[in-house]
Parts: sequence; C-alpha cells; structure tokens
Amino acid sequence: MSVEVQKRNPIENFVASAESVCELNQNIKLKEIQLLAKNNLLNSQFPTLKTEEWKYTNLKKLLSYDFANSSSMEKVVVSNNEIDKLKSSSFDSHLLVFVNGIFEKELSDYSELSNQIFISTISEAFESDNELVKKYFSKISMENTSFDFLNLSNFVGGLFIHIPKNVVIEKPIQILNITGNAGDISFSSSRNLIIADENSESTFVQKHVGLKGEIYFNNISTEIYVEKNGILNFYNLQLDNDDSYHFEKTDVIQNRDSQFHHYNFTFGGKLVRNDINAKLDAENIECTLNGLYIANDNQHIDNSTFIDHAKPHSTSNQLYKGILDDSSHGVFAGKILVARDAQLTNAYQNSNTILLSKEAKVDTKPQLEIYADDVKCTHGATVGQLDESALFYILSRGIPREKAKSMLIAAFAESVLSDLKIDALKNEISHLIFEHLNRDEIL
Amino acid sequence: MISIKNLKAEIDNKEILRGLDLQVNAGEVHAIMGPNGSGKSTLANVLTGNENYEVTGGEVTFNGKNLLNLAPEDRARERLFLGFQYPVEIPGVSNAIFLQTAINEIRKYNNQEEITPKEFLDRMKEKAKVVGMDSSLISRSVNTGFSGGEKKKNEIFQLLMLNPKLAILDETDSGLDIDALRIVSQGVNEFKNKDNAVILVTHYQRLLDYIIPDFIHVLYNGKIIKSGGKELALELEEKGYDWITKGEK
Repeated sequence: MSVEVQKRNPIENFVASAESVCELNQNIKLKEIQLLAKNNLLNSQFPTLKTEEWKYTNLKKLLSYDFANSSSMEKVVVSNNEIDKLKSSSFDSHLLVFVNGIFEKELSDYSELSNQIFISTISEAFESDNELVKKYFSKISMENTSFDFLNLSNFVGGLFIHIPKNVVIEKPIQILNITGNAGDISFSSSRNLIIADENSESTFVQKHVGLKGEIYFNNISTEIYVEKNGILNFYNLQLDNDDSYHFEKTDVIQNRDSQFHHYNFTFGGKLVRNDINAKLDAENIECTLNGLYIANDNQHIDNSTFIDHAKPHSTSNQLYKGILDDSSHGVFAGKILVARDAQLTNAYQNSNTILLSKEAKVDTKPQLEIYADDVKCTHGATVGQLDESALFYILSRGIPREKAKSMLIAAFAESVLSDLKIDALKNEISHLIFEHLNRDEIL
Repeated sequence: MISIKNLKAEIDNKEILRGLDLQVNAGEVHAIMGPNGSGKSTLANVLTGNENYEVTGGEVTFNGKNLLNLAPEDRARERLFLGFQYPVEIPGVSNAIFLQTAINEIRKYNNQEEITPKEFLDRMKEKAKVVGMDSSLISRSVNTGFSGGEKKKNEIFQLLMLNPKLAILDETDSGLDIDALRIVSQGVNEFKNKDNAVILVTHYQRLLDYIIPDFIHVLYNGKIIKSGGKELALELEEKGYDWITKGEK
C-alpha cells in the first residue's frame, strides 16, 4: 500500500494572496504588471542551499510558515506618539511613514518636501498616467528571483519619488518602515521607486523598526535611478524584531557622472538577506556599497552585493564589516563584473569580520569577473578576534577589560561610520552597536 | 620602588629572561641596553602584564605588592606605565575619551574623586604643549593617522597625563629624528622627580645625552651582565657589546 504525501508548496500560499491583491487593483496597467509577476511567482521556485547565490542561507524555517498578507488584515493603528518614538529624531528630516508595507500619508510629515519633489503612491502615479512611472517601474528587477515576484505581485502601497533636475534637498528624507503586530503571522511587501534626476542631490535615511508581536516577514524592494551628475546617499538602518525575517533588495542604475553611496546598518531580524545590486551604466560613476552588521544569539545575516561595471572610467568601493557574537552567522558575497568595454575601471572590495565568540561564524565569497584588461580591481577578506596587542595597550592604561573591548569594537566600526554625513545618525548607530551587543558604552 | 628578583619568562615555550635581578628606587633613572634579542622588550612587557609572555620564575615587588599577581589594568592603577615600542591606533576613540577614562579608572582604584572636565581639559592643553602637540589632538582619535614620531610623542603625552610612579619606556627613542628626540626627552625630564622612577629601554646611547641615567645595565641573554653609571654608555658606544658578552653564553 502506498500513501501519497501531498507536498506543501510554499509558493501557493503567496500566489493566493497575490490573486486577491490583483483582484482589488483598479489600474489596468499596474494590474497587468502584478498579474505577470504572480504568474512568474507561480512558475518559480524558492532558492535552496543548492542555489549558488543562496548556499549559506537556509530558507526552510521561513518557508514553513503560512504567512498572510498584512494588507489583507485589519489595519494596524500607530499613533503619532509612537511615530515620534520610533523615528530617528536626533536630526531634522522629512518623514515618510510606512506601516506593514503601506505608505501612511497621515502619519508622514513632508509638506515642505512636496513643494520640491514629486511624491505619490505608485498606484496613484499609474492612475495619473505618469510617464516616468510607466517607463521605470519594476524594470530593474523584473527578471529576478522568486522574492522579487513575491514582492511585486503582493505589494499594495509603495511610493514613487521623483527628485527633479537640479533640485538639491538639504534635509535628509527619512523613510520609517514599521512592521508587525498585524494579528497573525504576516508578510509585508514594501516597494519604492526613486528617480534622482540630473544634477539632483539628496540623502535618504531608511529605518526599519518592528512592533512587538508575532513573527513577520518583511520583503522589501527599492528601485533607484541616479541620473547624470546626480548624487544620492542612502543610509539603511535595520532594527526589525528578533523573530522577524527581513529580505531586502535594492537595485540601482546609475547614469554618467553620478554618485550613489549606500550604507547598510543591520541589527535586527532572525534571518536577514540583503541584496544590493548596482549597475554602473555610463562613464565616470562613483558607487559605494558599505555595510556594518552586528549580530548576536542565533541571528543569520546574509549580505549579497553585485556591482556591474558596464562602461569605462568608473569607480566602485565596497566595505562590509561584521561583528558577530554568540552563535550568529554572517555571510558576505560580493560579485563584481567588469564588462569588456569597461576599461579603466577601479573596483575595490573588502570584507572584515570580528568574531566575539567561538560559536559565531562567517562565510565570505568574493567573485570577480573581469573581461576588460586595463582595470584596477582588488578584493580582500579578514576574519578574526579582537586584536590582543591592541587590547593590552588599552588595558595597560588602567581601562577595564570590558570597556577596552568596547573601544576596539568602536575602532572596528569606525571606518564604516566615519563617512556618514549626519553626525547624529552616526551617534545613534554607535549607541546601537553597544546596546545590541549588550556591552559597556565607551562613555 | 620596584624590586625584581631572579625573573624568568618565556614566550611560545622559548625562554627569554633567565634570572634577571634589578632594583629601582624612587628618584632614579635606569637605562637598560643590550643587543637585539637580549630580552629588553620582554622585560618591559612582562612587568606590565602582557599575557603573551609566561613568567616561569622569580618575583617582582612593586610598592610592596606582588606585581606578578596583578592584571595589566591593575598594574596601571598601581601607577605603572609602559611607553610602547609600537603604539596602537584606535580609530573612533578620541584621546580625550581614552585618557579621561584611564585617569578616572586609576583614581577610582585609589579611592580618589573623578577628575573634573575643566581640570582634565586644562591638563590636556598644558601637557600637549610640553610635547609640542596641537590642542586639536584632544578630539583626534588615539594614534590614528599619526606618524611614527607623533605616536612616540603621544606616548610621552600619555605619560604626563597619567603621571605614574614608575615609567618604563620601551625604545621610545627608536626611529625619531633629532627634533622629536629632544621633545620626547624634554617630556621625560619634565616627568621625573624624586618620588617617581624611569626605566629606559634603548638601543642607542644618543638618548642618554638628553636623559641622564643614574644607572646603566647591559642585558644579554636574559640576564643583566653588567651595571654601571652613565659613563658605561660611552664605553658601549665606543666598544660595542663584545667585550662584555665574551665569555657569556
């Protein structure tokens, strides 16, 4: 006698919720895109440990849950008081608030900003037949993984932000992404499109925070275009709950003479996957992808970067630093592709990890594919404990051991922090490092 | 002040100090010289508690206490100071935070009040001047981006800030140009008084033109094989070490 075991396919659950999202969608154009994504999702498979790009990150646990789409659940009410506590308030900013992936206009504070730039939800932009949104939306990540399809087919209330030509925004734009407390285990898909037009200059601080409550799965997608001679700084601060799953993908296409500087600070999440992909699609581009990730307990933080040098004369810099305590696990996989045309490319990649416990571990995987012959490309990776001789130096001044260790941790983090142009944010992050590691502050 | 008897120490199972004796009293300056590999830096590191070295025998009494039983941070709190041969860079930690923390930890241990911010700042400015360092030093990170000479000056600056009872200076003069050497020496001369003591570990007699020692010891093969007054330096400069080390193993 044989028993046929019905194997549960985790994709089906997400496809079903995508169907309801599509059904409710009023805009034909957007609906078309989401339906296609839903079909792509249906025909795709979630990566396994056998998938090269995912070989260090086990998704079994994540995919064992039947997550419900938070947008179909009762709306979580967040008060203005709570917003004040959750946002970064040590520096002045324009504030854009998302709750469970959906933009909340009432909780946001950006009246000043809306005179300078164009902000609307993506569906509103489609409704008003916006040419830019039609041209650029979902164009970068269309051909990618099941998590893209999942995001695209299930997102409801993302933003389209257009910084017009020559506009310089002095104050940072803070995107506060609040997740959780939906009432059941839920997933949220937040999705934004940012176009930084010619000669524009802007700084984004994206802060992810979790509300107390159930396990949630945050699947985030950000598409960014930096046009000619534009500058965009993007500081991403992730403080999701300890039990949460945080999957975030950032795709960037840069035009000539532009600068894009991305800083990724990861503290939260039980299982985290960050994908940052930059295409340097013209000459004389500067691209920075830096990151600092701090993990304890059983946290698993997987950072994956891809820099595509498609044209000559551009520079990319990557520095990823991890501080891993307890039984945490870090991953850094950085791929650099230099096309045959991309002569005189400078591409630098570095990954440094400090292991604070014997059980912590890190996997690093640099991958350089170089087809041009006149380029400067370097990569390096170090893994180690806190430097004993440096520790002795500090101890020999009478400073207690725990504080001496904190000083060395601060010293390690400094090369990522020192570039931040917002001092208050830098202070906030260095405070978070010690808080997360449960260690003495230096002062 | 410090009394070292039959001190033996090893690193990676290799014996470096093989029964060293030394007595230093308050108000004295001792210079320890000797060829490379004789154990000079090992002595400095063992006295300040570097855990890479293992003490295998002997005893060290510092102000009446068994020094070898103390953790490195407690030795500093007992007012022992090491000027490092290779000072460490600590980016992201300012000199002010570093030294204020150190001073207050030392004070706490000795049941003294914390230093007031004003007192601390005044002291920093005053001592920075002695070693010819800009007062912007206060907010700069410890040794970060400093040249070799600046790092050594910073060691002397720390010495003046912490004002220990015994200062061990491990090759503080190595790699310095004459101007920096003068400044460093001036700092040490400013530091020393009848209540404290200095042990200079050096390769070069040149330092002793600027800091006049009361005693010179020749360390060879982990032992002091000759001691004398300041004139011994000149003899060593002229004749090298061979005339002393001959016959020693």
